[in-house]
Amino acid sequence: MSVGLASVGLAGCSSTGGKRAEEERNAAVSGDAAVGTPRWKIAMVSHSGEGDTFWDIVQSGAKQAAAKDNIEFHYSHDKEAGRQAQLVKAAVDNDVDGLIVSLAKPDAMKGAIKKAVKAGIPVVTVNSGQDKSEEYGALAHIGQDEVLAGEAVGRELNERGRKKAVCLLHEQGNVGHEERCRGVRKTFDGKVRNLHADGTNMPAVESSLEAELQSDREIDTVVTLGAPFAPTAVKAAEGAGSKAETVTFDLNDQAARELKDGSIGFAVDQQPYLQGYEAVDLLWLERYNANMLGGGEPVLTGPQILTKKDASTLQKYTKRGTR
Amino acid sequence: MLGRPELGAVVGAIAVFVVFSVVADSFLRASSLSTVLYASSTLGIMAVPVALLMIGGEFDLSTGVMVTSSSLVSSMFSYQMTANVWVGVGVSLLVTLGIGLFNGYMLVRTKLPSFIITLGTFLMLTGLNLGLTKLISGTVSTKTISDMEGFASAKALFASELTIGSADIQVTVVWWLALVALATWLLLRTKAGNWIFAVGGGEHTARAVGVPVARTKIGLYLGVALGAWISGQHLLFNYDVVQSGEGVGNELIYIAAAVIGGCLLTGGYGSAVGAAVGAFIFGMTSKGIVYAQWEPDWFKFFLGAMLLVAVLLNAWIRKRAEASR
Repeated sequence: MSVGLASVGLAGCSSTGGKRAEEERNAAVSGDAAVGTPRWKIAMVSHSGEGDTFWDIVQSGAKQAAAKDNIEFHYSHDKEAGRQAQLVKAAVDNDVDGLIVSLAKPDAMKGAIKKAVKAGIPVVTVNSGQDKSEEYGALAHIGQDEVLAGEAVGRELNERGRKKAVCLLHEQGNVGHEERCRGVRKTFDGKVRNLHADGTNMPAVESSLEAELQSDREIDTVVTLGAPFAPTAVKAAEGAGSKAETVTFDLNDQAARELKDGSIGFAVDQQPYLQGYEAVDLLWLERYNANMLGGGEPVLTGPQILTKKDASTLQKYTKRGTR
Repeated sequence: MLGRPELGAVVGAIAVFVVFSVVADSFLRASSLSTVLYASSTLGIMAVPVALLMIGGEFDLSTGVMVTSSSLVSSMFSYQMTANVWVGVGVSLLVTLGIGLFNGYMLVRTKLPSFIITLGTFLMLTGLNLGLTKLISGTVSTKTISDMEGFASAKALFASELTIGSADIQVTVVWWLALVALATWLLLRTKAGNWIFAVGGGEHTARAVGVPVARTKIGLYLGVALGAWISGQHLLFNYDVVQSGEGVGNELIYIAAAVIGGCLLTGGYGSAVGAAVGAFIFGMTSKGIVYAQWEPDWFKFFLGAMLLVAVLLNAWIRKRAEASR
């Protein structure tokens, strides 16, 4: 009887997983300034949509560097280029000491960036816009060349003896995504087909991919362009009874876990944390010591190819959202 | 029979089915059809209550993000409280019904158009989904709960597969069909069903003949919330981790499915079966394009064109049917 009551009392709790397990696992990352420079103000304006995991990691890198460098950090974002440009103008009006901008749609951002440069604000571009960065007057660019990253994937697939891949684009019209698939196509000796799916609707992504794998049995690889889509691709392959292996761009906790258990072949990381961290740190270095990382040439943060053997080390960091 | 609202949609569905059977070799395989059914069911679970709401003369623009909210609440409550996931599932049901109640109550109290009310809810939920998830989880997606107690049994209910012959049927298909049956019974065999048609046909007339208008409308919003809860739990238990920015835009697809299925945008006319057929057309079209291996750059164009053709066909047949009566 008492045993029965005790189990009823405990019925609402889970003895595995959850926050309690996380707390037992984690020690918090501390955030004290390591330098005595004045409190400079830096703004980052990205082209991120809402609730984007990738930009969340960029942000945490930037915040960590800002805490260390005694910097007041402001972040804003808008996926529409016009509104992103307005945010840049707002940051300029706000008299920031440094500006970090991503150039997914460079032409629309040109005016705002030039205005910032004219106002004497040092600008660093991150993530996308490598070609235009210097032309618009930015100090440096930090990011991954998307075509190069795609080429790295193509070569890795050759080494693994793959014959036919499908490249899953989850945002129609995203230039960076097209470039990644183009890069894969450039170096991969086998065939690559593009597949578009609506990234905000996971069941639609899964069923589209399942349909693709059912209609072409020769596909042996699925390349996803974002980590959240990799586990879905694994499910789709299972559902379609296909042997195709999933490989992915970028990383998150779930993808790291599947990398470890072998359901994902490899991941190409562009290290978003580094993009945020280095951008803030570079602006600080420039202001404090007139240093310029990479001598003004683009600083590459990827592609870093991650395989099963890296996974267990990485998991610790993907869990806290910094990888 | 000829006057049934779903007739046009059924003919449209047959047309779409025939087209893809001819152009795509793999479309007719059992495994392919189960994929199509899965895609249709994830839309259909929402399209059915949305259709009922539209028959009742109202809209809901918050449905897409409400599904995401529902799965976020479930996941985060279980995780943060280290509770059995069924506790989170229960809390999520209450919260989701609460959102539906809010929509319905605001509508009948303020007498503002449902377009405005639910647009407000849509924007608020979008913000809450992101803001609260970031505040509570520290990142914009939820933490994994697959290692927690109760996950396996909840997955069995919301996201399992049933093997029938050589095909694996997702359990969402069962939920979908059950909802269609329930909604059809409600509409055609109960007093509440008459109320829904009456309220959508003309609110003032309905009130004059003694239909409880406010209660009916709130009930319809609760029905939508219930659908959102089922869809949300499926998302959570199928993918384990939920991205907080998901769901935006799906509300229009649910409405589109209901309209293809013969629901009038003005209310008072339509059927649950029609909405289900509408979802099926959507599922067939979006996957059929992939099976047919058409050029993916044109994907959205094909989809839009197919939908327009289906709706036009639907309207034409209805006109013919009405003329011949």
